[in-house]
Amino acid sequence: MRKRAIIPIVYILFLLLPIYWLVAMSFKTTNEILSGFSLFPQTFTLENYRVIFTDPTWYWGYINSIIYVSLNTVISVCVALPAAYAFSRYRFLGDKQLFFWLLTNRMAPAAVFALPFFQLYSSVGLFDTHIAVALAHCLFNIPLAVWILEGFMGGIPKELDETAYVDGYSFPRFFVTIFLPSIKAGVGVAAFFCFMFSWVELLLAKTLTAVAAKPIAATMTKTASSAGYELGLLAAAGTLTIIPGAIVIYFVRNYIARGFALGRV
Amino acid sequence: MKTENQKAWFFVLPVLLLVAFNALVPIMTVVNYSVQETFGNNVFFWQGLDWFEQILRSDRFQAALGRQFLFTFLILIIEVPLGIIIALSMPRKGIWVPVCLVTMALPMLIPWNVVGAMWNIFTLPNIGLLGYFLNDVLGIAYDMTQNPFAAWVTIVTMDVWHWTSLVVLLSYAGLVSIPDAYYQAAKIDGASPWKVFRYIQLPKMKTVLTIAILLRFMDSFNIYTEPFVLTGGGPGNSTTLLSIDLVKIALGQFDLGPAAAMSLIYFAITLLVSWLFYTLMTKDDQQ
Repeated sequence: MRKRAIIPIVYILFLLLPIYWLVAMSFKTTNEILSGFSLFPQTFTLENYRVIFTDPTWYWGYINSIIYVSLNTVISVCVALPAAYAFSRYRFLGDKQLFFWLLTNRMAPAAVFALPFFQLYSSVGLFDTHIAVALAHCLFNIPLAVWILEGFMGGIPKELDETAYVDGYSFPRFFVTIFLPSIKAGVGVAAFFCFMFSWVELLLAKTLTAVAAKPIAATMTKTASSAGYELGLLAAAGTLTIIPGAIVIYFVRNYIARGFALGRV
Repeated sequence: MKTENQKAWFFVLPVLLLVAFNALVPIMTVVNYSVQETFGNNVFFWQGLDWFEQILRSDRFQAALGRQFLFTFLILIIEVPLGIIIALSMPRKGIWVPVCLVTMALPMLIPWNVVGAMWNIFTLPNIGLLGYFLNDVLGIAYDMTQNPFAAWVTIVTMDVWHWTSLVVLLSYAGLVSIPDAYYQAAKIDGASPWKVFRYIQLPKMKTVLTIAILLRFMDSFNIYTEPFVLTGGGPGNSTTLLSIDLVKIALGQFDLGPAAAMSLIYFAITLLVSWLFYTLMTKDDQQ
């Protein structure tokens, strides 16, 4: 039993090494980075972080990202809830086809959509707004949320609905006061996955924004190319993008697999 | 049993409208471009299926498609067995379980361009941790901006780092759902570890593994940001995968017709596999 523990330990070390290097780099000065190899920061500096927290082009990148990610999460979960209920409780014309069609959108390569998305959102006057990115990310997040929620709702016996009707509950009241609390884990997981996939996506977010709603990820790529070798700054910005994910993941640690399996474990 | 109720459509309507706005309008735009030629100024000429023929015959597309299949193939044969092995050796209970789950999931929560940038910093010759170790400690000449083989090893390693945990987490979820009684029965029968794996653990993991394999197939087939940030498709075209090539044609050269035709071919391949995914999964659901 002891010997087997080596495999996960080695794997976790492998996972942590590049992350360690990013964090270590973020505390180094540009001079130290370029002058040669050092395993630990020799002249520990917070200068890189100071730049990010004082320069509006940097910190607005984070604010923009958080705005469209939150918008997207709220929209996706809210519209997915009734749809998932319909899929889990009723049969209706074209339900299977519709479910499959939703899945195909989760699987579409973002590169295919980049240019038409740019034209679509420009023509409706939403280019460079937070809502544009939030809506565009709905393309893959709504199907995901529907699938996860449908999986969780499938685990709730139908008798719960029927008992509520017999007791004289109206549908909205039943849904909000009885049904939602009983699938709150599922709602949390769906929200987490919407947050996550919207947070990590760059191609569409970058295509749909220019200045006003530019995400942190795009700010980073621009800095990487224009400022040349500001590696310390880049590392600090990267380190800060890991933190939101690291915080929220703790709350859903027992449901991560179920979310990835689209609610089907 | 589900009840028949056509009013359920009203529940689905918001989802339908939002997703259709995002999916149908762009796809129709792409279809429209794919059959026309333009010289700018919004003047279009009917082109028929010429673009499709041209793309399918072009060496550039075939090379990119070949690289894409090679990449996806490598990802699957490395990540799936590795993920299963790690899941099998993870603790089932105790304080280490949440520690394992959270640290393993961490790479998947990092924005994709940061993953690319992180591996770039990590592998820089002489000043990156890995680059320094390989070049200066082990004496292996390693520079992924010069050597195509090194570039391939790097993007594959990066993806293994990024996504193996998905296979681990799904396999693990399948494993913990096996009741202890199964293992006790196997012990009484004197089953070898391999037999336990083959006849108890593997069947229980079948559904989750199907999902894991197909998710990994789709995501590695659609991959764009990480290799683009890390290698930019180079050196030369050696790591130009399908998405990278597509974006080069569409946004770089603004060749709308060929890019649109290529998008549709790309999407068709993806759809074919989605359908396979769906059939396999719903078959399992019915059992």
